[in-house]
Amino acid sequence: MRIAIIDTSTTRAAIISDGLREAGLDDIVVIDGTLGMVAALEKAAPEVVLINLENPSRDVLEEFFAVSRALARPIAMFVDQSDAESTAAAVDAGVSAYIVDGLAKQRIKPVIDLAIRRFQAFARLQAELHEARSALADRNTVDRAKAILMKRRGIDEPTAYGLLRGQAMRSNRRIAEIADAIITSDVLMGDL
Amino acid sequence: MALDRVRIGFLPLVDAALPILARERGFAEAEGLEIELVRDMTWATVRDRLLYGHTDAAHMVAPLAIATALGRGRPAVPMAVPFVLGLNGNAITLSLPLAAQVMDGDALGDPVVLGARLKAVAVERLAAGQRLRFGVVHRYSSHNYMLRYWLAQVGIRPDIDVEIVTTSPTFAADALAAGEVDGICVGEPWNGVAVDRGVGRIALVTAQVWRRGVEKVLAMRAATLDERGDVVHRLIRALHAAAAQFVDPNTLEANAAILSRSEYLDAPVDAVSRAIGDRVRLVKDAVPIHVPDFMFQYREAANFPWRSQAAWLYSQMVRWDGTPFSGVEADVAQAVFRPDVYRAALAGSDAPLPNASSKLEGAIGADGIGAGSTQGRLILGRDAFFDRRAFDPEDIVGYLAGLP
Repeated sequence: MRIAIIDTSTTRAAIISDGLREAGLDDIVVIDGTLGMVAALEKAAPEVVLINLENPSRDVLEEFFAVSRALARPIAMFVDQSDAESTAAAVDAGVSAYIVDGLAKQRIKPVIDLAIRRFQAFARLQAELHEARSALADRNTVDRAKAILMKRRGIDEPTAYGLLRGQAMRSNRRIAEIADAIITSDVLMGDL
Repeated sequence: MALDRVRIGFLPLVDAALPILARERGFAEAEGLEIELVRDMTWATVRDRLLYGHTDAAHMVAPLAIATALGRGRPAVPMAVPFVLGLNGNAITLSLPLAAQVMDGDALGDPVVLGARLKAVAVERLAAGQRLRFGVVHRYSSHNYMLRYWLAQVGIRPDIDVEIVTTSPTFAADALAAGEVDGICVGEPWNGVAVDRGVGRIALVTAQVWRRGVEKVLAMRAATLDERGDVVHRLIRALHAAAAQFVDPNTLEANAAILSRSEYLDAPVDAVSRAIGDRVRLVKDAVPIHVPDFMFQYREAANFPWRSQAAWLYSQMVRWDGTPFSGVEADVAQAVFRPDVYRAALAGSDAPLPNASSKLEGAIGADGIGAGSTQGRLILGRDAFFDRRAFDPEDIVGYLAGLP
């Protein structure tokens, strides 16, 4: 069973194709979501197409399925409506899938389930990465603001941090926001 | 009182104005609703979110709502359209090289004259093995049907003489610039953006093809009407109130500023302002011209979902999908449009409510005609197709037989 993966994120495409290979599904084509998509699909003639829900090429893809004579049978999203639950789970995870009409359901379900799990794992990974990045950025901002306060007011580091924290608590804002304001004003005011 | 939340999917186009303005200008809140807007880049995603419950309703190209109810290309899902978000508002923009071959002067083209010139080029290009290629936003879009209606009537056979491909509206200007297509038929502000970028010239507006062509609709699963009928009624009232304000010229600048914001259209405010003010800049740096009824959002009960509009769209679906006419399908298609819900929602308001649910499309001449209404006074203006052919929803087969 040949599976095509079209994704705006190459990392996610790699994560999905790895997962499929581990599950013994190794006839996989990863297609770049933009240029040459239709030609690549025509050449690959896949039986299953996985594409991220928000991919900007989806209308083009559906048009291709509607008019293509290269693929033997028309492709529909999901085999029949008894798959509604699985479809809903896929949409929630951000996957959409097109399957050659008539392909046995028991052969497809594991592919879809695996894609859903991989999409979810990727989303978690991204959230964690985002968190880690913003934590790092916050720390840098706070360090810079502390340095400005120490220099300007001739105080030590714990006192500078105490000032930042006190102001954050009083104004009900995050310490990083207060720090950011100090950096901004330092840039604007210069060495007054 | 807690507000009822309604999630509405949309694509960044000016005719998503009514749900956006209903939210931003307090009309939703006045009806006890909180509208949450979900922006996407493709109609396929707008449809899937609607079908699988990410959204409760959607700004949608009318033919796609009907195709979904008929199960074209996927399992059928019963759909309902209780409100039309607008008529027309699209344009056909040609690449500058093609425009130089078929257009002169500084006005919009005449559909017949321009069509004849375009045909000559199409024939040449076909003979040279380089067919002209046009981009439309979706297979099941009014853009596709309007473009094809015009081309076929001027003797250019879609899919044979010229190629018609799908191009996302937001990338349409890029496709023109890259030479991937020779022309586009898309909604605003994307024609205006192509013009301002100096990659295209607006040749026609779709109102010249069909003066009162149905465009975007408020679509939902039919099940939503059963489950949340009261919320749908309030939503219709909020959208109708937003429409009344939208057509007041005094609100134009403020509305353009809201619509162009990054979370909505994320487009230049000038292009948005031109479109919603019925002003069309045909070519880069030219003074915009006023095109009456370019977008038609409120007057003449424009938001009323005429079953005959759905019937016309179905006729074009049969025509261009190459599927046989089916009386059962025609009934399903027409039943998607729900004038009964529109009437129930707006009963007792000052909105004119037509008696009839269906009409002869394209039959009203220059003087307009009074229409029977259960409430309010309703005069319908000229609604002609450019070839003066009228559409009788009772005789789709006869209509199709008479088309080229």
